[in-house]
Amino acid sequence: MTKEEIIIKLSTIVKPYIQNEEGFKNISEDTDFMNDLEINSANLVDIVLDVEDEFNIIIDNDSMDKMLTIKSVVEIIKEKQSSE
Amino acid sequence: MKKRVVITGLGVVAPNGVGLKNFTNAIKSGKSGITFHQNLKEKGFSCCIGGIPDVSEEKKLEYLTPLQLRGFNSTSILYGCIAGIDAWKDAGFSVDQKSSLDYDSGLIFGAGTSGIEKFREAIYKIDDQQVRRLGSTSVVQTMASGISAYLGGILGLGNQVTTNSSACTTGTEALLMAFERIKNGKTKRMLVGSSSDSSLYTWGGFDAMRVMTYKHNETPEKGSRPMSATASGFVPGSGAGALVLESLESALERKATIYAEVLGGNINSGGQRNGGTLTASNKEAVQKCITDAILDASISPNEIDLINGHLTATSKDSLEIENWTKALQRKGNNFPLINSLKSQVGHCLAASGAIESVASVIQIKEQFVFPNINCVDVHPEILDLISEEKIPRRMIKKEIQILAKASFGFGDVNACIIFKKYIE
Repeated sequence: MTKEEIIIKLSTIVKPYIQNEEGFKNISEDTDFMNDLEINSANLVDIVLDVEDEFNIIIDNDSMDKMLTIKSVVEIIKEKQSSE
Repeated sequence: MKKRVVITGLGVVAPNGVGLKNFTNAIKSGKSGITFHQNLKEKGFSCCIGGIPDVSEEKKLEYLTPLQLRGFNSTSILYGCIAGIDAWKDAGFSVDQKSSLDYDSGLIFGAGTSGIEKFREAIYKIDDQQVRRLGSTSVVQTMASGISAYLGGILGLGNQVTTNSSACTTGTEALLMAFERIKNGKTKRMLVGSSSDSSLYTWGGFDAMRVMTYKHNETPEKGSRPMSATASGFVPGSGAGALVLESLESALERKATIYAEVLGGNINSGGQRNGGTLTASNKEAVQKCITDAILDASISPNEIDLINGHLTATSKDSLEIENWTKALQRKGNNFPLINSLKSQVGHCLAASGAIESVASVIQIKEQFVFPNINCVDVHPEILDLISEEKIPRRMIKKEIQILAKASFGFGDVNACIIFKKYIE
């Protein structure tokens, strides 16, 4: 799966949690979940669960802590998918 | 200088009517909200009837965002939010996620348990070694203060925001705690209420105690029979009631609609002594609660026009009437009118005090007495104490100046509140 394809899937996943429409319109690799999309920090764990379901991977605690931007999530997904 | 306290907003989610207008029409006409529930039958309940408010998916979206509804599984929080938001708007306030923080408004919203269905979900996941799959929604929906947490954030309240819990006294207790807080000048207004979920997991324990009726599974609307000779146990109900309490000066300053005044009240406990137990009232304490409420309100017992009783439709109803006759020193023809909302909605448990207080305040504002349905055969022990015409079976239009409302709960706890018609 290409980076672009992953980002498209991620946009669908994060959409219900975003509180900044403008930030969502301009979603890119550099988007930060909390700063740009104003996602409540408590919802980050829900996004992790949704990512696990969508990409059929398990995200460990250390990876979870890094999942703050689209870029970091794409990297983690790619890494998990290649290791499986 | 103690503040006078008035009621400026109402909201309700009841088995026989959701929203103030529907509920008012329902209680006037004596509409039953009790229906048969197949899932209770399938799980082997003796009592297969209950009162569940009708809330559509579209209605939920009027009150909670799609995000709040993700993984949402708590009817008590849902009902509390609907009733609370309605009451707040009814009092003339807007509901806006971006509103500025209001330190002069607080919230006491009681519950028996919080989202019991959500709790069940969590237990299954944890036992299945899926603790991480709980996500972020488990804690906020299962903590006892879930309802006040949701409402406090939706409304942006900055005074005390809390949840109380005292079994079937909960709603009336919330009202009286907020009353004290406003009276003593600690806040200008408080949203108060209580909520109880529609769940067989909440109702099951009562079924096991055999305090719910099993005789009306074929005739649900006739099942809840307070004060009746054929009363055979309560019918479980659910929902939420909410009221905005406010200092009179704040209400006048805002030119708010005033539904009624809270004159005073009392909360006590029988300490599970002198006949009181975990599940039965100490009657001396019940009577003291009523007389102390009357003292607190600075009225004479003879001024009470109407009693909205606890009256659950168990064998204890005649004992409650006896307690009222002793506390008021009024009986027979001299007894006030009395009614029980439970005849229409069942026993809404933790929510009962709040839903019944909303019904009490509507009666004062619109000057009527709602009918006791199903009480076609008044219990002979009650007829020995008060005249039959004191138990209206049809709606009565009547001047109501003062109404006494009481709630009694497991743990031998009591609350009695005195409402008065507000005259400018």
